[in-house]
Order: sequence, then C-alpha cells, then structure tokens
Amino acid sequence: MNDAMPRWADIVLIPIINLVLALLVSGIVVAMIGENPFEALVFLIKGAVGSAYGWGYTLFYTTNFIFTGLGVAVAFHARMFNIGGEGQAALGGLGVALVVLTVPWPHWLLALPAAIVGAMAFGALWAAIPAYLQARRGSHIVITTIMFNFIASALMVYLLANVLKVPGSASPESARFIEGARLPNANDLLPFLGFPRSTPLNVSFLVAILACVGVWVLIWRTRLGYEIRAFGHSEPAALYAGISPTKIVMVSMLISGGLCGLMAINAVMGEAERLVIDPVQGAGYVGIAVALMGRSHPVGVFMAALLFGVLYQGGIEVQYEIPGFTREMIVVIQALVILFTGALDNMVRAPVERVFLSRRRQPVAPEPTTPSQPGGHPEKGQAEP
Amino acid sequence: MTEPLAIELRGISKAFGPVQANRDISIQVKRGSIHGIIGENGAGKSTLMSILYGFYRADSGEILIGGKPTEIPDSQAAIDAGIGMVFQHFKLVENFTVLENVVLGAEDGALLRPSLAKARRLLRQLADDYEMDVDPDAVIEDLGVGQQQRVEILKALYREADILILDEPTGVLTPAEADHLFRILNGLRDEGKTIILITHKLREIMEITDTVSVMRRGEMTATVRTADTSPEELAELMVGRKVLLRVDKKPATPGDVVLEVENLRVVDDRRVERLRGIDLTIRAGEILGVAGVSGNGQSELLEVLGGYAKGTGTIRVNGQPIDLTGRTSDARSRRARGIAHVPEDRQREGLIMDYRAWENVGFGYHDDPKFGAGFLMDNAALRRDCEGKMERFDVRPPDPNLAAKNFSGGNQQKIVLAREIERNPDLLLIGQPTRGVDIGAIEFIHQQIVALRDQGKAILLVSVELDEILALSDRIAVMFDGRIMGERLPSETDQGELGLMMAGMAGSGVAA
Repeated sequence: MNDAMPRWADIVLIPIINLVLALLVSGIVVAMIGENPFEALVFLIKGAVGSAYGWGYTLFYTTNFIFTGLGVAVAFHARMFNIGGEGQAALGGLGVALVVLTVPWPHWLLALPAAIVGAMAFGALWAAIPAYLQARRGSHIVITTIMFNFIASALMVYLLANVLKVPGSASPESARFIEGARLPNANDLLPFLGFPRSTPLNVSFLVAILACVGVWVLIWRTRLGYEIRAFGHSEPAALYAGISPTKIVMVSMLISGGLCGLMAINAVMGEAERLVIDPVQGAGYVGIAVALMGRSHPVGVFMAALLFGVLYQGGIEVQYEIPGFTREMIVVIQALVILFTGALDNMVRAPVERVFLSRRRQPVAPEPTTPSQPGGHPEKGQAEP
Repeated sequence: MTEPLAIELRGISKAFGPVQANRDISIQVKRGSIHGIIGENGAGKSTLMSILYGFYRADSGEILIGGKPTEIPDSQAAIDAGIGMVFQHFKLVENFTVLENVVLGAEDGALLRPSLAKARRLLRQLADDYEMDVDPDAVIEDLGVGQQQRVEILKALYREADILILDEPTGVLTPAEADHLFRILNGLRDEGKTIILITHKLREIMEITDTVSVMRRGEMTATVRTADTSPEELAELMVGRKVLLRVDKKPATPGDVVLEVENLRVVDDRRVERLRGIDLTIRAGEILGVAGVSGNGQSELLEVLGGYAKGTGTIRVNGQPIDLTGRTSDARSRRARGIAHVPEDRQREGLIMDYRAWENVGFGYHDDPKFGAGFLMDNAALRRDCEGKMERFDVRPPDPNLAAKNFSGGNQQKIVLAREIERNPDLLLIGQPTRGVDIGAIEFIHQQIVALRDQGKAILLVSVELDEILALSDRIAVMFDGRIMGERLPSETDQGELGLMMAGMAGSGVAA
C-alpha cells in the first residue's frame, strides 16, 4: 500500500517529524554536556537567519548543497549511489581554476559560462571512471566513488603543492583569480538588502536555482529523464524497452558528477577566488543527505539544502556564543539530522502511515453504529424523519 | 455435529486502507477433507490464508481450530496450532540438503545431529506411506520443482501439521507431477489430515476437492460440495456472470513466412546452455503456441527474439536476418523491425510499476516522434494516446494518471497489450498472456490475440497453461530442456500427449 499517505504528508510532514526528532536528541546531547539546549537553538537560528550577514553565509552554504544534492539526486533516479560528490566537486574546482587562470578574462559574464563548462567537465570526468567500471565491469559504484574521493584529495594536494602553487609562496594554493573573473556577490547585485561587502553569497546562487529547474526538466520532461527513471525503477524493464543500461549508467553519472563539480563555481570562484587544498569541505557528503531528505526532487533538494545551510551557518555562530559548544557538537547535530532524515526515515514513516490508514478506515467501519449514537454528526437526514 | 471441524472461520474481515480485502468470511472445513478455495486474482484468497497463517491479523472475526477459538498473531502460532503452509514460491535454502531444510527452524536443541536423525527416520516413513520419496541428502538446487515442493510438504509434516494449506501448488508442475501431488494429497487426507487448496484452475478443483468455496471481491459467494457443481457454475460464481470457457475462432489462413528461426542457441550468464538449437517458423495469420513447464527455455526464446538476450544461430523476419550479437541486438532495434513483445512478467519487464498509465503506454516506444520532438517528451500526447487505448481496450479504471501498480493484473495486461498491438507489428511475441489475470479479462485478451491473427499477423504464444495453448494455437510446439520436442496440431493431440512431451518423454516429428 504505497498510497497510504497523502502527498503533502510524504513531502512535508515526515521530514518535519524527522527533523524535530533529530533536534530533540541533539537537545539531549547538548544538555548532557551541561549546556542549555534552548539557548543553543536560539543562537543557532539567530546566527543563521537573524541578520543579513547570517543569511549571506547560510545561502552560500545552501548553494553548495544544492549543487551536490542535485548531483546525488540525478544519480539516485538511475538507482546509482554516488558517494563521490566530494571528489567530483574538488576536481570541479580544478576545472574552474584552470579555466580562470589560463585566460585573462575581461568580465565575469564571459568567465562564468566558461567556468561552468570547466567545472562540469572536470566533475563529470571524475565520475566517468567509476561509472565506466560500474557499467562495463560491474565494480560497485559506491566503493569506486569513495575511493575516488581519496584519489581526488591526494591529487589536489600534489597539484597545489607542486604545480599550481605560486612560486615563492609557502601556502599550497593557486594564484588569486584576476578581477575580471570575480563573480558579483549579493552586495554588488542587491546593495539595498544590506548584505555586508564581504558576503560570500554570490551570483552562483542563481545558477543553483537554474540548475534546480534544469534538473526538474531533465528528469520529468525529457526522453533521457524518462529512460533514467525507468532504469532506476527496474533494470529488466529497461532492457525490455531497449534502454541501454551502459548508456544510462554513464550518462546519469556524468550529469551527477557535472552537477557536483558545479559547486566549485560557488566555493572556488565565488568565494575563495583561488584554488585551495580542500575547497569542498564536506559538501559532497552533505549532498547525499540533502538528496535523501529532498527525496531526489529539485524542490525537496532546495529545501533540504536550505536546512543544512542553516545548520552549518547557525552551528558556527553557536560556537562563538557558547564556549562549551565545540565544533564537534555541530558535527554531532548534523549527523543526527542525517541519521533521522536519511537512515531512520522508515522508523517514522511506518507509524505515520498507520495513523493515516486508521483514520481513513474509520468512516467505513462504524457506519452501522452511527445512527444509534447520540450527539453524532448533525446530518440533514436525521432531521427529516 | 458429530464430526469436529478442523478449521472454522467466523466473520473474518480485513481491510487495507479503503480496500476491503475480506468481508465477513465464514468457512467450515471438516477434518480429513480437501477443501478448495477458488477465486480470481485479487478476490482475497491470499489475504484470507495469510490471516490463517498469522501474517496479517483480521480486523474482526474468529478463528476456531479443532473447535477451540485460537489467536494466530504470527506464523509460529499457526505452526503451534498445527497449520502448515506450502507457498507458491518455495521458501527453501537452495544450498542446504533436504534434511537440513526440513529441520531448519524446528531443531530440537542446540545440537543438530539428533534432530537430523529424527528427521531422517520420519522422512523414510513418510516416503513409504505417501510416495514421497526424496533423497534426504540431496541439495535443494539439484532437485526439480516437483521434488522441491515435496520438501515443502515434508517440512510442514515434520512440524506435525494437521492442516495443510497449499497456495497455487500446480503452477510450476507438469501434468504428471501434478497428478503425483494429488496422489500424495489424497493419501494425506486418508490419514486424517485436512487440506486447503487455493487455486484458480477449475479442473483441479473438480478433480481433487471434496468441498469448494468461491471468493469474489473479498466475499465468499458460495460453498458447495464439489460433486454437486460443475466448472461452468464455478466460473460463473467467480466472475459473477456467464463466462465462455472456450475461444471462438475460425481456422487459420496462413500466408507468407514471417519468422524463421534456425539452430538458435542461448547460453546464460552461468554458462548453462538454455536454448539448444531451436528451429521454428511462423507464417502470417498464424498462432504458434509454445507449451512447456516453465524454465525449459521458453523465457530465453522470448528474450532473444525480443532483443535482450544474446544468442547464436539465425533469425529472419520477413526474410531479412536479424542481428543477434552486435550493436543492433537490442529491443529497440527489434521494435523497429516490426516485432512487438508482451513479456511473460509484465510487472518486472512490461511495465514500470511506479509509472503512471500514460507514461507506460509509451514504454519502449518513447523515441517515437509522435510522443514529442527532439529532446523533450510530449506528455500531453502520451496522455491522449493513453486515453484512447484505455477506451479501446476497456481498461478499468480509465484513469491515465493512475500508477501501473494500482491496476489489477488483467488491466495491467490490457495496457501492455494495447501498447504492443496498436503498433501494428508483423510479429507479436506474447508470454503468459493471462497469468494473474481474472477470468473476465482472459476472455477479452484471447479475443484480441485471435483478432490480431485474423488481421494476418504472426503470433508466437508462450504459455504454461495447456488449456490456453490448446484453445488459441494453430500449431503447438512443445519445449523441454532447451529443445523443441516436436510440433502437433491442436486437433490431433491432447493434454496427455503434450504432458508427456513436456516431461521430455515422447515427441519428435513435426505436424503437417
């Protein structure tokens, strides 16, 4: 019985219950280390959405998570579990850096499309090898993409320490991007909203929203999306319909890797403005949670990314306000949210479905007894006899 | 009331959400009798048995075992109450021996040896009593389906079951194996065991049961003594109206050869040769029925013809050879060559169960320009196409937005049929056209197949239902172990001969 619940319960109610449970358990943990959980929650929310400064960071993180979340979601539709967002996004950063550093860009409007191509191409490239191994050799995509995260990380260290490093500099990072490739931030674009001059929120946020629309069109409006979803639902059926599994595995992973790589235009081009050792900072893994919580739908991914953006930014602020509240606590809370929204989803789902089922059955079962009950529903028919 | 009842159900009701699967069902089954339960798919037979075996709890009603009201919250309670169940899909550990499977979950203690010895004694005794000879040390995966089923029965008997429930037990058996099963069941009945047989095959009900209950739409429509009824009456009780059990068709007028298959061989992933040199021809306006017990290569034949299994040999359609291994050996290319395919397992292959009906009517033909230009799909065109197909094929409910999984088996099959037939193919491959389809829809589906033949199309029909093969085919080929044992004309053969050929015991020779 998959139609046990109305759609709104599936999309809104269940995630909210999951989130409340996660916050409840987080609160207990916070209380256990001797801090006031309510105080922490107030600081968290205030820090994330209480000021234009907070919003700037929250939406900046949200942008990262939208890209990686969409990437994981596209792969999910083909029933591929892409754990490699982290590495693909790092390689995306390399692509952006190469594009930006090799051409003396006169204006960001020219640099951005080129950087998008570079980010997507390198991210897709990094997904292509595991995808090929899965499609042709049957090597499990989860294992290979995890391994490729480590390879990507080692590769980035090597390149930044030996190849891309500015001669004479001690830090393992590329040269600073030129002014002509600087993406405008929220303060440049919308000065009247009061974002600080240094806000990291930049035009990439709009690209992320466009990517949401694009993924929606791809999945639900194109032939390719039709084939990807069909393959994800049933591989034997896809074969019967003449859909090539190799093609779908490859294409969906390339798109997935490309979207994860796209994250770099926000983190590398929009914020750091140089390539650093770890430009991704875990966003690839958060993307998995975002896609799970968002049920692989672009709207869901957007909402979940926003939630994780709030948690990220709010969590950092709490550290400043409450000395006993360490960085590790934030990781614990994020982990709990992932645990409840992703892994323990069915724990909440089953009882909620049961509640909906029993509520729907009631009008059927007590029919014969209704007339004899006093104070029943005041029905028209009762007045007539 | 002299004889105690083995089982009595009183007013059992069970609903799943808005669906009332069982409504106020009462049955009485006498000890030492075989009671049949017959009904269409979705009539609630399986739900009722699942309640009896503790998988579901009834919303209301009472179960009495041996006259005592009994609560059955789980299957262990059912076993304790003396109920044994033989499922349609066996629940055996493939790489365990017969003995280990029999004992599994019913070991007497921490040590295995005493239980195994006890089981071995019991197995020997049962083999003598009921012709249930199964080698106790054989590994399950080496046994045929008939023997595996016997192991399931032995499992139940080892757990001292007095009441044995069998769910569609003959679906996977040859006629000879089915006869053997019935002899075993008769022997068990004579020993005082009570047997409940769930089936949709009227013939089996008539052959072996003492009493029969008919279910329709969650309700028990009748319980009668088998001797007092007839197949026609039972069919009418099942469907709620008169049903034509035969297919009306004119003699075939075969035209040019459409499909020629020569020395077709298929080797599966485990390097087992599944097709060992198949030769066959089908002409326009002709139905070739392929009979056989499932698992003898029929599925592979459909898969290789349908384009999603590789093979060697020659296949020609309208005289032109078909690519069996190269780049165009996929289902898409076969469709382009005028081959349509209604697969054996419509839920696994023929439909995406989570797709809506309108999404499914384009499945396999989603590249067709009429469903949208270029990269984008024209969902509105698919919806319109679906509405038309639903009307012409009487799909109920005619709602294009309903997901495939929410249609009944018969209506799912109508969606697949509509999609494939309306492509106007030269050759239609059709596997198990009425498996899991209610009797009312069977009639309609058979008429559609015959109508397509009369339009001059070639049809390859694969079915494990001999009745269906005999009713529809213009020629019958019998498959056994990857080979064609021989061809017969339906007018010149009978169930007995075909049954022998299906068991690999007779055959050869080609019908005129």
